[in-house]
Amino acid sequence: MTYDNIKNESYARADITPPGGNPFPHKHLLGIWGLDPAEIKYLLDCADHYADSNRQSGKNTKTLAGLTQINLFFENSTRTLMSFEIAGKRLGMDTISMSTSTSSIKKGETLLDTALTLNAMRPDVLVIRHGDSGAVELLSRKVDCAVINAGDGRHEHPTQALLDALTIRRRKGHLNGLTVAICGDVTHSRVARSNIWLLSAMGARVRLVAPPTLLPVNATSMGVEVYHDMTAGLAGADVVMMLRLQQERMSGAFLPSLREYYKFWGLTHEKLSVAKDDVLVMHPGPMNRGVEIASDVADDIDRSAIQEQVEMGVSVRMACLDILTRKQREEEVGP
Amino acid sequence: MKNIVAYTNARLMDPESGLDCNGSLITNGGHIDMLGADVTIPAGVKIIDCGGRILSPGIIDMRAHQVDSDAAAAGGITTIILQPDQTTIIDTDAPVERIIRRAENPDNVRVYPMGAATKGFMGREIAEIGQMKASGAVAFTDCNHAVADAQVMRRLLTYAGFFDALIVQFAEEASLAAGGFAHDGSVADRLGLAAIPVSAEVIQIERDARLAEMTGARLHIALVSSREGLNAIRAAKARGVQISCGVAPHYLQLNENDVEGFRSFAKVSPPLRSEEDRLALVDGLSDGTIDVICSDHNGKSEDTKRLPFAQASNGIAGFETLLALALAPAHAGRTDIMTVLKTLTITPANLLGLSSGRLAVGAPADIMIFDPNAPWRIDPDSFIGRHRNTPFATIPVQGKVWRTMAQGHMLFSSEA
Repeated sequence: MTYDNIKNESYARADITPPGGNPFPHKHLLGIWGLDPAEIKYLLDCADHYADSNRQSGKNTKTLAGLTQINLFFENSTRTLMSFEIAGKRLGMDTISMSTSTSSIKKGETLLDTALTLNAMRPDVLVIRHGDSGAVELLSRKVDCAVINAGDGRHEHPTQALLDALTIRRRKGHLNGLTVAICGDVTHSRVARSNIWLLSAMGARVRLVAPPTLLPVNATSMGVEVYHDMTAGLAGADVVMMLRLQQERMSGAFLPSLREYYKFWGLTHEKLSVAKDDVLVMHPGPMNRGVEIASDVADDIDRSAIQEQVEMGVSVRMACLDILTRKQREEEVGP
Repeated sequence: MKNIVAYTNARLMDPESGLDCNGSLITNGGHIDMLGADVTIPAGVKIIDCGGRILSPGIIDMRAHQVDSDAAAAGGITTIILQPDQTTIIDTDAPVERIIRRAENPDNVRVYPMGAATKGFMGREIAEIGQMKASGAVAFTDCNHAVADAQVMRRLLTYAGFFDALIVQFAEEASLAAGGFAHDGSVADRLGLAAIPVSAEVIQIERDARLAEMTGARLHIALVSSREGLNAIRAAKARGVQISCGVAPHYLQLNENDVEGFRSFAKVSPPLRSEEDRLALVDGLSDGTIDVICSDHNGKSEDTKRLPFAQASNGIAGFETLLALALAPAHAGRTDIMTVLKTLTITPANLLGLSSGRLAVGAPADIMIFDPNAPWRIDPDSFIGRHRNTPFATIPVQGKVWRTMAQGHMLFSSEA
């Protein structure tokens, strides 16, 4: 391996995978916190491979045929749920989705009982989204199969951070040394938390840009730079990640109005002009156009990677399903 | 001679008089008859050799949410002060009388209820403090709710002053704490848990200290969890305000890191705070700013505890671990056993106007005998009580109760 290779790779240390070791020694994917750079790189490399094959005609495989995937969504979702379903189906899995409106949760069944019931049906992978931080981790202790966290409260959304990282890596070639500004409602955002852990682990500089009411009080202890002013926060940035304003999680006076929020923290071409020329604009969706992002920025084909993020979502989820079921398939693990 | 029992070979420790000597104590029926280093044991009485263990007043647990007599006795507790947050809120004299009558059985731990400070804990109308006090309620509190309205609190203190009733406030400014359940620190930020800032506690204490000063009434802060909250109490005491405060052992032992991994068994209200706060509370115990250690016993079933952190209920089953955990700062050299015993016995007795909590001739024979150094490991599966919700499982501690007596009746005895 040449020095150039190391320099342009996501993270120098990530290339030193011990020979013969399990490159992903985890049963579940509950969060980015706790993964080391080598494991993140392994997931991204695998997803990269799927991203290429997804663009070809024979994209459906039978690699995971015969395995059952249950998507258990206690919170509404369109893109994440669809993305997991498509990922499972492309790999040949039997995919079943369940959301709260159709489940026994409405009949008063407790979370743990639901988990035990589903566990008795012997799925191979459970994909769970829940509105409370820590709920997915709690469920993962009660089931035998692999669990993927599809978002729990404000805690983590690991596949979103992975797909963001893959999108950046494919556009920029590396993550190491990039300056990434994460803007908007950080307090209520699990996407922000997962992205902070992942990007910092891979050697990127993370900045948080948000009104003071939407930042955690101890944000600096997360190892990030904190800005309140968009111009200062976006200066020289390689990537700008906008977060959705989570009005459904807000109670009390966080902001005076959406109009004022847009004026000071909405992403426009004017505010973006201080960032690098080749800045990449991202958004985890669903977007509030005219609130956190201007339509012409979101639709700017040179800078916006928002559609690509959705595309990478399927690849990342295929990689997660593949890697977490290797043991069941008794396939040889290793790079 | 039948009712006379002599406890010999004991280290007598009485926090009221400061007595700490080897000697004997003789009880006659429900009362203490004689005590001291050179007591002559009358012939024909029953003799219990304490084997050099400490004999002290039984614990008066100033904050418990349920009565579990066997568990309490196993923890050296002889008097439980029951909180008014029962199935029916205790805000009139009828439930007070019912609880006192039900606890009359001398083979059980004594129970005295606190009454609600405002009707239905609503914080709008003062509850019938006079009637409840006449029926036996020992203090008045809205339990886990702070009386939010300053005018109501002022009137409450003024009115309670006439009856010399103690008002116990839960120090948490409700609007700042709304929706939160963890300390506002880096752990909650990382785990994505909605947080309660320290200032919610400080603001409430400072406001109520001013109101207590203005009205001249007695005020007790049920639980203090932070350094700044403790400083506010210290400042008020220095001004001469009649203010006192309590703490539960988990605030002296645990900090915000104990909720790591969403451990809902460490979910309590107020939340476990930072390590600096914990150390400040230990200092507050040794310098006397903290008046009372209480168990804040709140037994919960697994069904209400093993839930996502936000949904899990607050509380720790604290009766059986109270003494050992309270002694930990003494074993760590931060304070001494007498100071710890004071916060468990005589101070709550004086605040609540109880005759127990002391070793004195004529005082009730409510005593515990314990070995302060005996090591053991906290194991919820071997708890005597109904509830096992403790975050202290597998923790090694020192200090084990050997005998618990209330009104002269043996409530608990252990082999070791």
